[in-house]
Amino acid sequence: MHCGKSKYRRALEAAFPHTVPILAGFLFLGMTYGIYMNVSGFSFLYPMLMSLTIFAGSAEFVTVSLLLAPFDPIKAFAMTLMINARHLFYGISMLDKYKNTGKVKPYLIFGMCDESFSINFTADIPPDVDKSLFMFFVTLLNQFYWVMGATLGGIFGSFISFSTEGIDFVMTAMFTVIFLEQWRKEKTHIPSLLGLGLSILCLIFFGADGFIIPAMGAILLILTLLKHPLERRIDQKREKETGV
Amino acid sequence: MTTTQQIITIGMVVLATLLTRFLPFIVFPAGKEAPKYIKYLGKTLAGAVFGLLVIYCLKNTSPLTFPHGLPELISVAVVVTLHLWKRQMLLSIAGGTVCYMLLVQFMF
Repeated sequence: MHCGKSKYRRALEAAFPHTVPILAGFLFLGMTYGIYMNVSGFSFLYPMLMSLTIFAGSAEFVTVSLLLAPFDPIKAFAMTLMINARHLFYGISMLDKYKNTGKVKPYLIFGMCDESFSINFTADIPPDVDKSLFMFFVTLLNQFYWVMGATLGGIFGSFISFSTEGIDFVMTAMFTVIFLEQWRKEKTHIPSLLGLGLSILCLIFFGADGFIIPAMGAILLILTLLKHPLERRIDQKREKETGV
Repeated sequence: MTTTQQIITIGMVVLATLLTRFLPFIVFPAGKEAPKYIKYLGKTLAGAVFGLLVIYCLKNTSPLTFPHGLPELISVAVVVTLHLWKRQMLLSIAGGTVCYMLLVQFMF
């Protein structure tokens, strides 16, 4: 029984362990971003406010170069759309899970970065924990880590010397684990294999800076072409599992 | 750039980011049944997206020059092995990251 604990505390305690890798990754990456702004000549207020309001890592890094270039708001808008287009896929995947989340729903959507989306999509939330609050705390903690890292980096900037080379691999490791968790749960592995294969192909053809949009297009196209066979597969699997 | 221009630039980035996050929820509101095609994508996109994210993290690895992506390859293998073996999220992630840090700092 959990009579002594409020539902908020239970949700926070269930959410926190899922965010520990992100605590490490975001503190490091956020600090890198804060330092980058610091050495580019901006006060710590910039990384602090930008990490609070934009809260999308790669877009924030690009904004630094936009702020140093001649004023061009249309370019800023268009480039951000391109960089963050993958959020559209997250939104479509989350339509169902964020459906009945009530008051926290706008914040869940606002804070839907790669990491919060991945955890909220795959985590097994214990049955005695409020699902909306669990996802709320995952999102809130992740943003808190990011803002804290960015602000610290912005304040201490050039004083920090790193002996932590390679710690950014924590993000790669986390997405690999999430990929494996999704693999374990999914009824067909074809989408996962398509995601890997088409992304690698597009990376080879379009290079590191321009492969995301072509990869998204290719994924969408092939999934659309495979709609009927894939749906049949998913249904067959479900029938087998439920024994109908 | 003046401070006003800076605020406008940051504002545009905020606006575009909000748009990418909120658009699906605005186009397909919770009260209304989403089209079958979108429901199908909702079921199948996630697996593909996680594959995309893994490759996205590894995008700056260059297999053609030394060390030929070996630190990444070995460390991802460590993550996968640990995870298939123990299935403890934090252990798999920490193990792979420590392995990668040791490799890039002391071996390559």
